[in-house]
Amino acid sequence: MTAVNTVNAPDLPPLLENRAGPTRLATRLVNIWNYRELLGNLVRRELKVKYKNSMFGFLWTLMNPLLYLAVFSVVFTLFLRSGAPRYGLLLLSGLLAFNLFSNGVTAATTSITGNGALVQKVWFPREILPIAAIGGELVTFFFQIIILFFGLAIFGQSPEWTMLWLLIPTLAVTLLMALGAGLLLSGLNVHYRDVQHFLDLALLTWFWMTPVVYLFNLVGQPFIDRWGVGAERWAMLNPMTPIVVIFQRVIYNPTNFSPEKQQETFSLMLQPTSWYLENLAISAAFGFFLLFTGLKVFGQLERNLGEVL
Amino acid sequence: MTVAVQIEHVSKRFRKHSEPAKTLKERLLTLHKSTVEDFHALNDIDFEVYAGETFGILGHNGSGKSTLLKCIAGTIQPSQGVIRVRGQLSALLELGAGFHPDLTGRENIFLNGSILGFSRTKVEEIFDDIVDFSGLEEFVDTQVKHYSSGMYARLGFAVAVNLEPDVLLIDEVLAVGDEAFQRKCIERVRGFQHDGRTICLVTHSPEMVRNLCDRALVLDHGNLLHVGDVGDAVTIYRRSLDPNFHDGDGAGGSLHEGQSSSGDSETPTPATATNGDPNGSADSDEERQRLVLDLMGDKAPVTITRSWIDGPSDGRTAFRPGDQVVIGMSFKAPEGTMVRARLSLHSHDGVHLVSISSWDIRGADVGPTSADNNIARFVLDDLPLLDGHYLVTLILQSPEETMEYDRREQQLSFDVHSGQPVHGRVVMDIALETTTDSEVPTADEAPDAAMPSPSTSGSPSIAT
Repeated sequence: MTAVNTVNAPDLPPLLENRAGPTRLATRLVNIWNYRELLGNLVRRELKVKYKNSMFGFLWTLMNPLLYLAVFSVVFTLFLRSGAPRYGLLLLSGLLAFNLFSNGVTAATTSITGNGALVQKVWFPREILPIAAIGGELVTFFFQIIILFFGLAIFGQSPEWTMLWLLIPTLAVTLLMALGAGLLLSGLNVHYRDVQHFLDLALLTWFWMTPVVYLFNLVGQPFIDRWGVGAERWAMLNPMTPIVVIFQRVIYNPTNFSPEKQQETFSLMLQPTSWYLENLAISAAFGFFLLFTGLKVFGQLERNLGEVL
Repeated sequence: MTVAVQIEHVSKRFRKHSEPAKTLKERLLTLHKSTVEDFHALNDIDFEVYAGETFGILGHNGSGKSTLLKCIAGTIQPSQGVIRVRGQLSALLELGAGFHPDLTGRENIFLNGSILGFSRTKVEEIFDDIVDFSGLEEFVDTQVKHYSSGMYARLGFAVAVNLEPDVLLIDEVLAVGDEAFQRKCIERVRGFQHDGRTICLVTHSPEMVRNLCDRALVLDHGNLLHVGDVGDAVTIYRRSLDPNFHDGDGAGGSLHEGQSSSGDSETPTPATATNGDPNGSADSDEERQRLVLDLMGDKAPVTITRSWIDGPSDGRTAFRPGDQVVIGMSFKAPEGTMVRARLSLHSHDGVHLVSISSWDIRGADVGPTSADNNIARFVLDDLPLLDGHYLVTLILQSPEETMEYDRREQQLSFDVHSGQPVHGRVVMDIALETTTDSEVPTADEAPDAAMPSPSTSGSPSIAT
């Protein structure tokens, strides 16, 4: 369906058009914009419903990172003896970014099948559903980030204030990728429910391929050993890696520690800002490609969503 | 006239899978055998709904009427053609679609409002009306999952109709709730009509179409049989229900052939022939009648050839209460058949006043008939009706009433003017008895208060 403002009858309300064949991309984007209020309400619904019948409600959202912080700090400083000091903070810095992506994609993928009744009964731009699912995860992310900053304050550690702005484009690229993948998979999942099961495995693999739990030095070093200094760049070709590394660099901020420690453990993470931006740009390109593909595929699949569900 | 909903050559095909393959594995396994078959839910449907009218969509189960409504609502896309809807649309395809069980009534009202495309400010404006209308004031902050199904539906209806969309689509949802709520819904729909909003109503109840709609269309197996006059629509719909209807020469598609063979190249379907012509010219009327008869073949040997009402004796245009009304019909039938003639009266707003057959009247049917012309006349002495417009339906049935030969659905009508300021519809002999404490009531003293009778022009006195 298409919303078109008729030129010859300006006083009349918009004309909705439902015609055979796919809807033009521009029109779909206009429709999504027109329904932005629904987007807000759906995000609100996601959050409300999530903790509706629980006593502590939204506190649970905050419990999750707190627990991570506590458990991983204990495990990795006492038992596993990671080289990174205050390992919990390091882990959480990267984990929150990766979780935003992976939870967003997962929620988006099931957003249409999960709202089947709605899709069959009422028309609205279908893209709203996966977007709202990701929006809900974004709100959760913000609350968890606050917890992380509290954690930093408690340990007397400070983020890299001069690079803080870098988080904004990084967050944007994360959302771009989540949105692209979410659109692509949510449409496909209606036709093949295998998608959601496949996704779990794919995200798990992706998680362990990304330096969240281990340090970027561990991934970069083998490249340097083989091809010399600068080759660590190749490790950045995993589009999630620049995102996670930037979060760790800015929030965890290795410069909190002694120069020896920095050299020993974080040498490859201490790059000039331009280096991060360049690598982020590659992720952004990948994100745009995903979004474009997602929108295209979604546009094709959207047409008979109501019938296949 | 402004067109509110425009349906332009819309077809819808569904893929008929023997068993929908839901997983990739199943898809791959069934790849080699093509079990896919097309099912035509709608065939080249073309009509317009004008702004401000109430439009009925009639059809038996599986005729494609719900598919059509879903296409208008935009939840499914046509395989061919275009649907244009002017204005804000609200679809009642299912009451409370989009309610989340874990949210409260209040939260759901706002959520549902925005799902239907209305702004928060708009919903806030009419929030109290919605709650009022649903009658759920006490439960508005209760989670919807604790609602009964009736409460759920009431809230859904309340949201959809109070948002005041320009176009409202209703899919047989008025059948929910108790009688009081149903009455409220009908009232609301009438309010909509009064406000000049457009309504598309899908139903298989001819009564509802007759009561509420200005025009109607009839669908049969995805084909448009008729667009226009409500009475005709009901007649054609009833015929399409007859199992013999499709035995004549195939499915509804033959109607198209019948039409094109009549030589009118500008009207591709019989539907467009009567489109926008609510009264149906005699020509198209007869043509359609003939088409339907063609379809029925020899199975409809008894047909009404003419029907009439003998007007008031002194050349007035309307009857008075107490007049004699004669409603007649002439009909053709094979020689020596017995036929049951039936008369049915409706008021203009759809209230069924009477249905009476020759058997009810005199314990015998009409006949044996002669081959060419037979006449049956219903004589109503002392017309017991008050002011209004009344619609006449004439029916010929087989004596066992197992089969309906022919009917003239509300093609005749008459008016009644009493010349008195009266309320109500029926003339009744009602006496008034008045007493005071000291008196014993006696029937003799009560004035005769047959309501519109000219003799009671003075206002009757009522004891205090």
